[in-house]
Amino acid sequence: MAAFGTGARQLQGRGGSPGFRFTLYALLSIVIMFLDERSHWLENARYFLQAAAYPVQLAVSSPSAAWSWLQESLATRDELRKENNRLRAQQRAIEIRSMRFDALQKENAELRGLKEALPAVAERWEVAEVVDVELNSLRQRVLLNRGTSNGVFKGQAVMDEKGLLGQTLHVGPWSSEVILITDPEHAVPVQIERNGLRTIAVGAGDTASLALPYLPANADVKTGDLLMTSGLGGVFPAGYPVARITEVHHDAVQPLAQVRAAPLARIDLDREAVLVWFRPDHPAAPGTATMSDSKTGNARIQPLPAPPRAVTAPAAGTAPAAGTGAEARTSANAGASGSKSTAAAKPSPAAKPTPSPTTHAAVPPRESGASASEAAGTPRAERPQTPRSEPPRSKPTETGASPTATEGAKSPAAAAVPPSPEPAAPPKPSPAATPPPEQQ
Amino acid sequence: MNSEPRFRMVLTTLVALILTVLPLPPWMDPARPAFLVLTVLYWSIAAPRAGGIALGWFGGLALDVFQGPVLGQHALALALITYIFVREHQKIRSKPAFQQALIVFAAIVIYEFIVFAIDGWSGHPITSSARWLHSVTSAMIWPFAAAFLTHRYGRSS
Repeated sequence: MAAFGTGARQLQGRGGSPGFRFTLYALLSIVIMFLDERSHWLENARYFLQAAAYPVQLAVSSPSAAWSWLQESLATRDELRKENNRLRAQQRAIEIRSMRFDALQKENAELRGLKEALPAVAERWEVAEVVDVELNSLRQRVLLNRGTSNGVFKGQAVMDEKGLLGQTLHVGPWSSEVILITDPEHAVPVQIERNGLRTIAVGAGDTASLALPYLPANADVKTGDLLMTSGLGGVFPAGYPVARITEVHHDAVQPLAQVRAAPLARIDLDREAVLVWFRPDHPAAPGTATMSDSKTGNARIQPLPAPPRAVTAPAAGTAPAAGTGAEARTSANAGASGSKSTAAAKPSPAAKPTPSPTTHAAVPPRESGASASEAAGTPRAERPQTPRSEPPRSKPTETGASPTATEGAKSPAAAAVPPSPEPAAPPKPSPAATPPPEQQ
Repeated sequence: MNSEPRFRMVLTTLVALILTVLPLPPWMDPARPAFLVLTVLYWSIAAPRAGGIALGWFGGLALDVFQGPVLGQHALALALITYIFVREHQKIRSKPAFQQALIVFAAIVIYEFIVFAIDGWSGHPITSSARWLHSVTSAMIWPFAAAFLTHRYGRSS
């Protein structure tokens, strides 16, 4: 009690007066914040802190884990048999559906003029358990029990069997934090499956909905439309299902439609998630840039001055990137993965007359140079659209979010090596809308 | 004599941290009292010498690891209000529980404001008013938390 009864002077122990110590700690935290936020120097520190935090997170999740384990082990024989039957039926359905897959793939490759079919984009996947869940309106995150020791890297795609879940944000040695697509700070470039219209789906902060804030009021969107990844963000390859449109409001006064979508992944029910590794040299891969750049971190400094974008003549779109050499990384990256696909896709210019959307998608930047000149006007004309199609209120949601920024930063790289299986739609508000995050 | 209260301090802070990051159903989550802040504040007026700003700072940093978008955010906010509490610990300690609760409410509003400001600065602004809700629940739970901690851990040295 002696310590209690004394005044502030008594408090001058080892660390000086409280005021002094507070100043010290305040400065320290400001420095840390600055380092963490502005120049991702603290990735390593984060790595160790995450390792240290993992036991606590395990402990925190243990009650619910124990509960589900108990439920599972108490499941009756009857229920198990029922589930078994259901799974067997499901597996049969999947097998039958995939029976013609190889044939279709070959046919598709022939149509596109490729010599041989490419292997699937997904190279390897690993099922991870959800250790900890944080689902509130401010943050939608889960923690998986896989980390760098399992080869997980930052910005890796995470899915469940229904659709896209999110991407890894902080990776520790044995655990990784996943930012879900429903997180208000997350945005995923998507494409409407029915007509190829591209846009961006932003998390709305609850597990049941995504917002599509960048669709113009006259956009062709209907309730029930399926949204797939467009492959533009540089994190997710094209063609993975994301969400289904649930509501569309056309307000005569508003320039933009108000569209909501429900994610297909069962975000609040999942106890397991699948981490996917993509073949880096695949044309549809999210880009080698993803892996190499995320190591060095700073996504915010790398954004390009002039994102390569074309609209009507997609081939032309990629050309400016290589031409202007917008950024060393892009061209290097395009060269790295582009040259490989060049070999594979050589015949594609010859096959130009085939449905142009598919063709151009596979055309690597180098070859498109020829057609760039005649279509050079298009990107110019299209460029001014950028600011228009991106409303000012996009900023708050998309700003500093590191995943968003990461995606943004990579989008040009990914755009230079566009995903092959997707048809390019003439109306492309989203490619224009994708760059904004990187400006921040 | 010095190490023993410190041990209890760290233990209770750790438990409070776990309570803070424990997953709760979404509708309950915004109303979850800031257990960590309450514990740190309690220790900064009950034993300002042993705990104080360092406890607040490290507790805040630990919270950042779990849920801060920026490292050091909660650390700064918590260090500030612990500083205020350590400075004024005599005045605060002599107040009745109700007034203490009001002071705690003010402190948590300051805390949340700093976190909010840093959120905005670092580009993750969350303007939902639900984020302020926990200052009310924390203030309501303060008398009980303080009584519990005093009963269990205080005054034995």
